[in-house]
Amino acid sequence: MSTADISISQDGIPLKQKLAKTTALQRRRALLLTMPLVLFLLVSFVVPIGQMLFNSVHNDKVSAVVPNFADAILQWDGVGLPPEETFEIFVKDMIQAKKVREVGRTVGNLATRVNYEMPGSRSLFTSTARKAKKIKEGPYKEALIKLNKKWGNPQIWLTLQRAARDITPAFYVAALDLKYAEDGSIERADELYQIYLNNFMKTLWLSALITFICILLAYPVAYLLSVLPLRQSNLLMIMVLLPFWTSLLVRTTAWIAILQTEGIINDMLVFLGFISDDGRIQMIYNQTGTIIAMVHILLPFMILPLYSVMKTIPPSYMRAALSMGAKPLYAYRKVYFPQTLPGLAAGTLLVFILAIGYYITPALVGGEDGLLISNLIAYHIQKSLNWSLGAALGTILLVVVLLLYWLYNKLIGIDKLRFG
Amino acid sequence: MNKLINKTLIATAISAAVAASSVQAGEITVVSWGGAYTKSQVEAYHKPWMAQTGNTVVSEDYSGGLAEIKAQVEAGNVTWNLVDVELSDAVRGCDEGILEVIDPSILPAGADGTPAADDFLPGTVHECAVGNIVWSTVFAYDGSKTQGVGGIADFFNLDKFPGKRGLRKGPKPNLEMALMADGVAPADVYEVLSTDAGIDRAFAKLDSIKDSVVWWEAGAQPPQLLADGEVVMTTAYNGRIFNAVAAEGKPFEINWDGQVWDLDLWVIPKGASNMEDTLDFIKFSTGTQALADQASWISYGPVRKSSAPLVSSYHNQPDLDMAPHMPTAPANFANALQNDFEFWADNQDQLNERFNAWLSK
Repeated sequence: MSTADISISQDGIPLKQKLAKTTALQRRRALLLTMPLVLFLLVSFVVPIGQMLFNSVHNDKVSAVVPNFADAILQWDGVGLPPEETFEIFVKDMIQAKKVREVGRTVGNLATRVNYEMPGSRSLFTSTARKAKKIKEGPYKEALIKLNKKWGNPQIWLTLQRAARDITPAFYVAALDLKYAEDGSIERADELYQIYLNNFMKTLWLSALITFICILLAYPVAYLLSVLPLRQSNLLMIMVLLPFWTSLLVRTTAWIAILQTEGIINDMLVFLGFISDDGRIQMIYNQTGTIIAMVHILLPFMILPLYSVMKTIPPSYMRAALSMGAKPLYAYRKVYFPQTLPGLAAGTLLVFILAIGYYITPALVGGEDGLLISNLIAYHIQKSLNWSLGAALGTILLVVVLLLYWLYNKLIGIDKLRFG
Repeated sequence: MNKLINKTLIATAISAAVAASSVQAGEITVVSWGGAYTKSQVEAYHKPWMAQTGNTVVSEDYSGGLAEIKAQVEAGNVTWNLVDVELSDAVRGCDEGILEVIDPSILPAGADGTPAADDFLPGTVHECAVGNIVWSTVFAYDGSKTQGVGGIADFFNLDKFPGKRGLRKGPKPNLEMALMADGVAPADVYEVLSTDAGIDRAFAKLDSIKDSVVWWEAGAQPPQLLADGEVVMTTAYNGRIFNAVAAEGKPFEINWDGQVWDLDLWVIPKGASNMEDTLDFIKFSTGTQALADQASWISYGPVRKSSAPLVSSYHNQPDLDMAPHMPTAPANFANALQNDFEFWADNQDQLNERFNAWLSK
């Protein structure tokens, strides 16, 4: 009896074991099929994001340009001015650095780095580098201060000491509208220079608003799509999908043509006499333009998940509820709406997360007050060339999105989402 | 089937090799600001140089700044040979090591025999850059619609001249112009701007017209804004306005009060290929004749003294004398300010930040 319990295959290995072996092999083969994607994600996603995280806290311009000085200044106790030996090392390092023309290793790079934290100090470094070779002997402290009296200001040395550390929170300090006070503590930046926190709040608020408008517009359309006979619903579906297949740039520029002050809507309103020719409405190159264009572009991402969920809800449920005496609104609220929630949740998440990182549409139609945080990130990557600050802002954006995702998961549950 | 694939592969490889080798010694890519300005360079520099040497110049447009140069140099994939930049960018790029050092001794003497060192205006030849023109930011308006404009103060006077204003999107040189409109003498502008109170004062002046401002970014925009009637007055690069008047017959007028002048210079991104031809192009294009020729296409002043006497009239209008339209003409230069590249190198990060914060409020 007992031997019959274990099935043995022909080559004498227990069947269970053999089966496990074959399925494991198959699973491994299947896993192999995913390797191209895993590799692709690793190269195009994980590595760049890792690099961004690294860049946001790492800036070695001081230790790379004046290495000996960087070591020396870190030993300083921060009281008064650094000792004479540190000055000597600094002068010698600067003379050496002046000869370097290698990208990322020049005095200009050092000057730019320090200037981020101490605006107006850039030329102090570049001009000192030009003249430093005239200082042939000590006392170096006096000679340097004679060259430029700004070197007698302890602030510049404290800033250099902070910047001499390769790993620095300085870019997060800047990205959060904070700054270093004279005693090295962190305080809020002057209100006139605050820009990022407000913009983060604005980005969140606009994304939420855009998502909400998308829900309002998409829900009835998705419902109509799901209940219309096939012929009509196909036609309607094409009208939803056609813009979806059109290039983003084409759609954005189309909105410019429609909404600008000399555009179609204003022309029509003037023609119909609703507004005077001087009173044309500014609908684009501001927040309104950003909202309108982004709602239009993101709408399909709300309609499609909603539609795919609504399509699976049997109409008999509603009929049953109505036949049992429920008022239409009550039946809708109790029977229909809860069943659409997975689609609604998926659409909301999709639209909101897409909106929060949107870049090209606000750049084209946002004017001055319709710009989102990604436009500021692009500004630091493309214009101001402060890549570390851009990386810090990008990292904060990433953390905010992850936090929201976590919150969303807590409230609704990611496993309940249905994208189709 | 395999053979067919092999043949296709070989054919592709060959055509790729041919394409690669077509970027040969005789071709350089010259990058500039586009529009009427690039056209003046094409006519005065590129065409004669190509005719003389048989080389090819590929012309590309950009809208200023060091970002693209930096990106190319850091990626080790430099496709530009020569770029036309503002002085502050030339200095900063040189400091940061992303530009090639240019030996000034290669520059030829002027046509009248003056050595290059004396022929170039002071400050126009830099460690990494060779100047070509003097240009200026001025303000302009449509003379057929607006009359009786006094000076820069009127640009900020919405009561006297109601309507929209065009300004370059950025703090430079709006802060300078705002201070001059507020009564600061050109010589004191940067001294005032280097104090917090001075910056506040400039922003307060800008604040007084902020709601009426249309911001522009590319040099070709301001003449268009004026032509479309989008703005009543706008700041602009003087050559663009001149060109709209001379070439398109637009009734625009330039007011030279409070002009802020600057230089454009040639720089070579570090690691650019074909240095030999690029340097030859620099020598040619900053020669006495080429600079004088360019001035017959656009009203930017040559940086060589020896070019000045050769500047005559607009290229196709012999009775349109160019001299009075130059930023440096004595009548235009009375209340002029030179852009202080060092001030901007020191303060642009901070002022950009404040400007952006101010703009989004």
